[in-house]
Amino acid sequence: MAPKMPWPTYLLDRVGLPDSHKLEVYRQHGGYAALEDVLRKPWKPEEVTAVVKDSGLRGRGGAGFSTGLKWTFMPDPAKDGRRRYLAINADESEPGTCKDRVLMEKDPHGLLEGCLISAYAIRAEAVYIYVRGEYRKSLAVLQAAIDEARAAGLVGKGILGTSFDCEIWMHMGAGAYICGEETGLMESLEGKRGHPRPKPPFPAGYGLWGQPTTVNNVESIFNVPFIVQRGAEWFRSIGTKGSTGNFLCGISGHVERPGVYEVPMGISARQIVEELAGGVWKGRKLKAWFPGGSSTGMLPAAAIDTPMDHDSIKNAGSMLGTGAMIVIDETVSLVEAEYVIARFYEHESCGQCSQCREGTQWLDQILHRIARGHGRVDDPALLESLARGMAPAKTICALSDAAAIPTLALVKNFAAEVQEHATTGRLPAGCVSILAAQDLQEAHA
Amino acid sequence: MALSDALRAEFEELCTHYPERRAGLIPALHRCQDENGGWLTPEILEDLADFFGLAPVDVYGVASFYPMFRLRPVGEHVISVCHNISCALRGAEALLEHICERTGARPGLDGTSPDGRFTVLRVECQGACANAPMVEVHGEYHEDLDPAKVDRLLAELQSGAPARGAR
Repeated sequence: MAPKMPWPTYLLDRVGLPDSHKLEVYRQHGGYAALEDVLRKPWKPEEVTAVVKDSGLRGRGGAGFSTGLKWTFMPDPAKDGRRRYLAINADESEPGTCKDRVLMEKDPHGLLEGCLISAYAIRAEAVYIYVRGEYRKSLAVLQAAIDEARAAGLVGKGILGTSFDCEIWMHMGAGAYICGEETGLMESLEGKRGHPRPKPPFPAGYGLWGQPTTVNNVESIFNVPFIVQRGAEWFRSIGTKGSTGNFLCGISGHVERPGVYEVPMGISARQIVEELAGGVWKGRKLKAWFPGGSSTGMLPAAAIDTPMDHDSIKNAGSMLGTGAMIVIDETVSLVEAEYVIARFYEHESCGQCSQCREGTQWLDQILHRIARGHGRVDDPALLESLARGMAPAKTICALSDAAAIPTLALVKNFAAEVQEHATTGRLPAGCVSILAAQDLQEAHA
Repeated sequence: MALSDALRAEFEELCTHYPERRAGLIPALHRCQDENGGWLTPEILEDLADFFGLAPVDVYGVASFYPMFRLRPVGEHVISVCHNISCALRGAEALLEHICERTGARPGLDGTSPDGRFTVLRVECQGACANAPMVEVHGEYHEDLDPAKVDRLLAELQSGAPARGAR
């Protein structure tokens, strides 16, 4: 699962070990040493936050916000005595993204140790790991790991014989992408529909059950024990100035070896495609690629030498997102590809905001009619106009943006192809449809 | 299905994980759906409303929001086929058509085969993108699929043998 990489790795080093999910194996490979150090020395909670902040770690769930800075938004416990929570976002649902699952299934104790240290830093009394309901294996493996850790005195009251108490609970979602949005996640965890909350107030002030809460992605938290043990300087020595550390790149679509690879920030996208993933499949040519999941704008083949870090990808006109590359070869109509994505956002819009509820339906329908050969000459302009009405930041959460951004990228970066498809009603030359043979069968049950 | 004493006890324990009881609702809906052969009846929703002290319409509002909850009867085996981008790029539609032909079930308003054995659903990304195309059956992922692998899976389901994930 984790092939040897030509650079120093740490995230996936344990996943290939036999019984990598067991406490015994985790401990044999240095597991829980960072937690021991933090609790026995003891570090002050602010010291943990400081090292994570200094490391430059940016959230691995898509937004790329500084993890340590986020922690500092939690109120001062001397002035605010409310209960405090850490919620782990394991609702991995951004199309193309399949990395957190590897960590949860193969190295659950790595995540638990990260949870405990992070909870200590923000003084959370409990951690809720919100796992998407489809990830039954992740749920089962993590629950078994929590049981093992509890029996070993690593979860619950008086952890490792110190005064630190922390509970970790698993929580099962039920298949809604919107619950990956942090306030949608909190509503869902409270047993409600996953309707994102207007912000402010932000989770640090008003989170789960109205208490101060921090929400972090699985991979972000998984980095924490390494940063605590090896230091901020070590972490900053990997990657670029603005994007530090290694990250998990899940690469899918038209490559010879799709997979989840551990790479340093700043590696060129070409190197990932050609060296790690074995190149575009079947000897075909690259046509387009998503740098970080379906909500990041599609880039043309000419941009493949862009370094995979937040700033470089942004300069290229897209976003690093979840680091999930989706590769598309020369035989695919990009209108069809974007239609599949627009259909997804239409299905997942929670319906609270009209720009998103109506806008995702229009994007879906217009891309569908172009893809099915019934496009109109002015459809590309209409797509652009609609998308501009949906983003940026016009709605309660970023789902509307997530639908609008790749649409705008399509009409900008591939204008000629989209216009020709809409005008002629035919797939571009050399393309083979990726849609159902009959269009009436595309509906969800 | 009225809530059994065993489930009630399980849900009481579940509620202790949270400062407010209703946080147990979604996990409880999952357990009830599993126990009831893959879907939630109006009676189950009412029982859960009673258990959590909520209005039935509130519970229905939650259950109907989440794609994993089924509010209509389903076949013996529910096959969820991912049709999102990474799977679509690697033949998900051809695979889905193959599954429909073999099972006699077709996604749509009902999606269940006339013999009641199979329900076929289109679902959005399941997070198996690097092992596309994929289907999920009885909580197990079956990945890197082609028609031959699907035929073996369907044969196992037909014979009643437990279908193991092809990981």
